[in-house]
Amino acid sequence: MTKEAIFTPVGKAAEELATPKKSGKKGDSLYEKAVDLPEPTTAAPAKLGLKKGQLLEMFESMVLQRRFEERAMQMYQKGKFGGFLHLYIGQEAVSTGTTAALKDDDDIITAYRDHGWGLVRGVSARQGMAELFGKATGCSKGKGGSMHFANVEKHFWGGYGIVGGHIPLGGGLAFANKYKGLDRLTTCFMGDGAVDQGALHETMNMAQLWKLPIMFIVENNGYAMGTATRRHSTGELWERALGYGMKHRVVNGMDVLSVYEAMKEMATDVRKDSMPWFVEIRTYRYRGHSMSDPQKYRDKEEMEEFQSLDPIERLKTVLLDKKMATQKAIDAIYEKVEEEVMDAVEFADNSPFPEDSALYEDMYSEPNPVFHR
Amino acid sequence: MAIKVEMPKLSDTMEEGVLAKWNIQEGDTVSAGDVIADVETDKATMEMEVFDSGTILKLLVDEGDTIPLGGLVAVIGEPGEDISGLVSGGASGESSSSEAATEPETADSASESFDPIFGGIGSGNTTDSSDSSDSTQTTSTTDGRVKASPLAKKVASEKGLDLQTLQGSGPNGRVVIADVEKALAGGAPSQAATSSAAPAAQAGTTSTPEPQTSASTQAPAPVSRPSSGSEKVKVSQMRKVIARRLSESKFTNPHFYVSVDVDMANVVAARGQLNQVSPVKISFNDIILKAAALSLKKHPWVNGSWNETEMTIHHDVHIAFAVAVDEGLLTPVITHTDQKSLMEISAESKELAGLAREKKLQPQQMEGSTFTISNLGMFGIDEFTAIINPPNAAILAVGGIRDEAVVKEGAIVPGKRMKLTLSSDHRIVDGAKAAEYLNELKHMLENPLAMML
Amino acid sequence: MAELQFREALRQAIDEEMARDENVFIMGEEVSEYNGAYKVTEGLLETYGFKRVIDTPIAELGFAGIGVGAAMNGLRPIIEFMTFNFAVLAADQIINHASKVKYMLGGQVSVPIVFRGPNASAGQLGATHSVAYESMYAHFPGIKVIHPSEPGDAKGLLKSAIRDNDTVLFMESEQMYGLKGEVNEDPEHLIPIGKAAVKREGSDVTLVTHGKIYHTVVKAAAELAKEGIEAEIVDLRTVKPLDMDTVIASVKKTHRCVVVDEAHPFAGTAAEVGYLLQRDAFDDLDAPVVRVTLPDVSAPFSKPLFDAWFPSVKDVVDGAKQVYYKS
Repeated sequence: MTKEAIFTPVGKAAEELATPKKSGKKGDSLYEKAVDLPEPTTAAPAKLGLKKGQLLEMFESMVLQRRFEERAMQMYQKGKFGGFLHLYIGQEAVSTGTTAALKDDDDIITAYRDHGWGLVRGVSARQGMAELFGKATGCSKGKGGSMHFANVEKHFWGGYGIVGGHIPLGGGLAFANKYKGLDRLTTCFMGDGAVDQGALHETMNMAQLWKLPIMFIVENNGYAMGTATRRHSTGELWERALGYGMKHRVVNGMDVLSVYEAMKEMATDVRKDSMPWFVEIRTYRYRGHSMSDPQKYRDKEEMEEFQSLDPIERLKTVLLDKKMATQKAIDAIYEKVEEEVMDAVEFADNSPFPEDSALYEDMYSEPNPVFHR
Repeated sequence: MAIKVEMPKLSDTMEEGVLAKWNIQEGDTVSAGDVIADVETDKATMEMEVFDSGTILKLLVDEGDTIPLGGLVAVIGEPGEDISGLVSGGASGESSSSEAATEPETADSASESFDPIFGGIGSGNTTDSSDSSDSTQTTSTTDGRVKASPLAKKVASEKGLDLQTLQGSGPNGRVVIADVEKALAGGAPSQAATSSAAPAAQAGTTSTPEPQTSASTQAPAPVSRPSSGSEKVKVSQMRKVIARRLSESKFTNPHFYVSVDVDMANVVAARGQLNQVSPVKISFNDIILKAAALSLKKHPWVNGSWNETEMTIHHDVHIAFAVAVDEGLLTPVITHTDQKSLMEISAESKELAGLAREKKLQPQQMEGSTFTISNLGMFGIDEFTAIINPPNAAILAVGGIRDEAVVKEGAIVPGKRMKLTLSSDHRIVDGAKAAEYLNELKHMLENPLAMML
Repeated sequence: MAELQFREALRQAIDEEMARDENVFIMGEEVSEYNGAYKVTEGLLETYGFKRVIDTPIAELGFAGIGVGAAMNGLRPIIEFMTFNFAVLAADQIINHASKVKYMLGGQVSVPIVFRGPNASAGQLGATHSVAYESMYAHFPGIKVIHPSEPGDAKGLLKSAIRDNDTVLFMESEQMYGLKGEVNEDPEHLIPIGKAAVKREGSDVTLVTHGKIYHTVVKAAAELAKEGIEAEIVDLRTVKPLDMDTVIASVKKTHRCVVVDEAHPFAGTAAEVGYLLQRDAFDDLDAPVVRVTLPDVSAPFSKPLFDAWFPSVKDVVDGAKQVYYKS
């Protein structure tokens, strides 16, 4: 029997961990790489049915999500607002490719890393920034903050703060759509950390059993807070589908075209026979879990490797190569986005905080609820 | 356009950070997102990044320095750009420019450092009466306490029944409603509490409604008067300043007092005439201010300050006057009082008093007095002594104008009199100097035309 | 009016509301084919089919959450827990989601859902099947908690709960399902949530109670009457919102109060009522408020231990005598 220290990280021999040899060379990391990206799609945009205008819109959306969060981070560090701030930077291809592939009335629900999702689904930069600032003009009237962006009218049901807690809610959204006979599918996004929660498994079981029109989609960014996926979850995440006999797929989340292609195909399939999917989209977050994360659990080299695959740069290259946009046009998009974001910051800064009376509003539906005193 | 780089908030609870290591030097080019330094926060060592692109024009702090949130640490801009406006003052920590972070600080430091005259003005120093949670109630002594249920207490007090006279039948001798009802029903109240030796009287043994006559020979039972308690009120910033400065003044300045009675008949008459022509109403106080100022010009020691190693004689006359406000008093200053007309003094004093009551006085409107007047005449006070307002050498206490029978040329006639009391700091103003000044003032008020000279 | 069992009253309420509103459905363990663990849902499958009477796996967290999501998306679910002792597994969905979604999204959604099932002890079922959860859930803003004691109240209140636009917890008891009582059969007869009822009038002591232990209190009041003490019984019916007006009006009359609560003592409904009485009726009290509750001990199995654990008629009588200064 080999002598192995118990509870050591899976994937590397215990002895190797006992004497880490860190030369600083690329690939000499203590742990395995965060995620293995599958090959991106080889299909040209035209073959996917994407026109130049759509691609430019997707590009602008990704730049907006990126710049919005960079400025949000700056405002946080300036002390303009407090609380949590979980950034989506690096993962923008997932939100952008998904919404481009879905119909506008398909339902989306996600966890707390939700700014990008808000921005692609009806939360304006102004409403989003104001929500971060806790202002009355925020998308959730300043009552939710960073973790609770939502625009229910536009079928974005919000960000949720309890890991895995929103997954049954996603199941319920799909249940109601099926109950009412609506041709609407639900996409329930979660981080890799949520895969370990019982809520996912209970919901997957019922979704498969009741043939709910839903896709459970893991945005596997390599880390559950500060713990690498391979250290918190056994096997491959997509293998969870096998136990439920659920359709499944692994997608390259650093390439917006791959996300679009996969989501389009799966959405069509769900609409056809109302059977759920379990999807693992592999991606990478460039920032810490939250604002107070020193990120000692990963290497600079790993970060640089994924940054070299940046989804925004990738789409930019496509646009330039295919002569769909000039460098000048690209620059103009950056400028436009910068203006939009700075306008949002100014708007948020100048917006009023909620009135004191708002404290007691939105707790109950009736006009004059009883509050215990 | 140069851009300030400030100490960022890198953890939920961070208030300051140590700049552990610079990753760049002055002159380096940076782009948004570059990590320019490592910062030690209260939780961990974090990377500090920039959000704008340009050249590092200046690094304002050294490695190892502790900088508050929002403190300026570096400047980014175009090479050669003039950044003197951004970095003047040098002190990195203090020159924070994040409005959010500095606004409360400035407000704090203003009210903290400012107290030239009873200081601590306006902003947010109101007595926090809501914070009386720690108010304590004086408790009665244990012997005076009667244990009774709330209902028994209420009914007894409504019916005028003294609970002391009842023996409680509840747990631990608690008087309960049954005991009160029994007593009210005419049963002889169980005489217990006061004479512990006597056993409880048998209830209902006598139908005589009169009190026992023998009782009149006994000492009356002590009546327990319920305490209304007391209340603790938080000391406001203003009260703290008043307490500190006036204690200091009274305990260190050797005060002495001289008083004089002034015939105000001429001032009363003159004021009547003035107010017929003046567009603003001239008050007695305005006239006293003017007269006191003119008198100070002639007796400069009274317009001085004591500073241990030297004495200052002020050639300008700036008179402060005390204004009572809710939480204490404020002393706005009329500068160059001697050079101003009565109309000017009147207008200015009205405005300053109004601002004081609305807590809108600016610190500079209370600074730089050389002499102070306190007038309690309107409160019906005839005479009083005041505590010198440092760093003044004297303060004038003004009483009300009294109607008084006075002897004039051998006959008793109605007169108008007013008491003035000058408190002086003996280290700078001697008795004779104080007397001379007060006589000068008395003369001026009794001959108001002299003021026009 | 008709004489119905508690379970029949509940079934009538569910049936009437499902007939009235297509969006109402019921979901839970064994509610459909098995006709309900306690036969509350008996026959509903035949009327409404598998679409609206849904058997779930034994996965309380999952189906409670699916209910919350469905409620957000326009349906009006009735989620049956076989007992609230199992709902603890779903507490995240009730406490963190159902009660908070509306507020944290600034009012963008509502969660019109009813979670119902038996609560508290049902005899010798051991420690994990005997807990009363009403005061725990009442602690959280955004949740209404109903715990009736009689079939008539149960029907009228369950109908109000189903029509309510927010989250309602409706608590029953295994031991009451067979209990009979007068029930109003008018499909539009509703009993408002948050209103207590004076079930017995008396001048000497107020007994405040709710849920199954109400029936113990009724027996105690009869005992007390034999000794000349007339008790007034206030049945709270709804734990939250708590109808203190009715309690205070009664205590102003009797000046004495015993709260009888089939729950553990710490921070329970009895503690809350006691606090509110000292705050709002201090000068009307002739004695400190006394509570009769379970001890601070888990439910035992053994019969003699169980009997010592569960509040008895004598405990209530003794409590009343204590505040009446008569022992």
